[in-house]
Amino acid sequence: MSVVRLRGPLKTLAGGRGEHELHGVTVVELLRCLEDDHPALSGWIVDERGHVRRHINVFVNGERGQEQTAVAPGDHVEIVPAITGG
Amino acid sequence: MTRLLVGTKKGLFILDGDPPEGDFDITTRAFPGEPVDFATRDPGSGRLLAATTSPFYGPKIFHAEAAVADIGWEQAQGEWQQAEGVALPEGGEQALERIWVISPGEQNGTLYAGGDPGVLFESHDGGLSWALNEGLWNQPSRPDWQPGGGGLCLHSICPWPGDPQRLAVAISAAGMWLTDDGGRTWERGNTGLRPRYLPEEALANPNAGRCVHHVERAPQRPERMFMQFHGGVYRSDDAGASWTDIGGGGLPSDFGFPLMVDPADPDSAYLIPLVADMDRVTPDGRVRVYESRDAGETWTPRGDGLPAEHAYVTVLRQAFSRTGEGETLELYFGTTTGEIFCSGDAGAAWARAASRLPPVFSVVAVG
Repeated sequence: MSVVRLRGPLKTLAGGRGEHELHGVTVVELLRCLEDDHPALSGWIVDERGHVRRHINVFVNGERGQEQTAVAPGDHVEIVPAITGG
Repeated sequence: MTRLLVGTKKGLFILDGDPPEGDFDITTRAFPGEPVDFATRDPGSGRLLAATTSPFYGPKIFHAEAAVADIGWEQAQGEWQQAEGVALPEGGEQALERIWVISPGEQNGTLYAGGDPGVLFESHDGGLSWALNEGLWNQPSRPDWQPGGGGLCLHSICPWPGDPQRLAVAISAAGMWLTDDGGRTWERGNTGLRPRYLPEEALANPNAGRCVHHVERAPQRPERMFMQFHGGVYRSDDAGASWTDIGGGGLPSDFGFPLMVDPADPDSAYLIPLVADMDRVTPDGRVRVYESRDAGETWTPRGDGLPAEHAYVTVLRQAFSRTGEGETLELYFGTTTGEIFCSGDAGAAWARAASRLPPVFSVVAVG
């Protein structure tokens, strides 16, 4: 299982828990699994097209990831709102 | 006392006050830091509804019971619940970008919400849950619709008093769409619109941009509608099927966004013109509301009490509202400089209701 870490309102929507052990071989599979466990998160990270929202960054073991980035058991996936602006 | 729901770049503000004095108090705030594009009240249940567009988490509609307006903003945070169904079909090529407006329908519990990309949602439970209007979503011409500068926004929703089957909506820049079967089928209503930004040859193309900025219906004569266009002010006397230019008659500019009517007078309309269209501020550095009482033949400036010099402000399309009618018509508008102005006598005199708010996106007076 991989560990998905949430913060801010995403953590609140996920029952107040910041870490979630989930099954999946790609980032988007993990996120869909997360939505299944916590339906209140639907649409907050992944939009209707299956894209991670533009101003949300995904890091897999500290490296920038995307929807189809492969994940393996034991990997850590951080979901972080982007720092935007100047 | 009148209550104002003010959507801003940095949250929702609820203000209470009386327009003659112009002193409105902020009773509560919600969604601090979040853009609130629109907020209104379901007239049936009294429930409050707010459309937010988080730059991180996307557009949502939230609802809260009316009592939320009377408690402190920290308490109020936990009272807002996310509405269900405010999304496009999963797996498609488009995502919902923004909810621009929420409007009560003619049946108790029915609400409509318009958004980008040119979509209409319906709720039949007072805003708790929503469903996409499939008739408009599946318009065959949709792939050819062109967005305006603010996106492909469905911003005006005009129910027909007493007839829930009839509805008109406006989309920038896909123009007017009309239904008389409750939204199952839709027809265009763009005859007579003359976009000056298009070459003459392009006018024959129904999908070439018809950049409608705002539309209101005259409740006592529902076949009459008024439209602020992207360069042009129009009136329809046939329920939005065709339009006549009424943008002369004393207006300093026929460009702008906000438009309002006096529900007691089908010949009435109010505009807040802006310098077209690369400037988009009040003309001559003066804030003035223009009133017509002859269906747009002539327009009279109403500026008593409004800033009269070096006032280069912008009023957005949803930032003009009213409550009451006739001689006691109350008018309210907000600026992107964070001010709210009010009139308690149909625009004859104005006062500042609030200042130093974040940029105002929308104002709704709920009586």
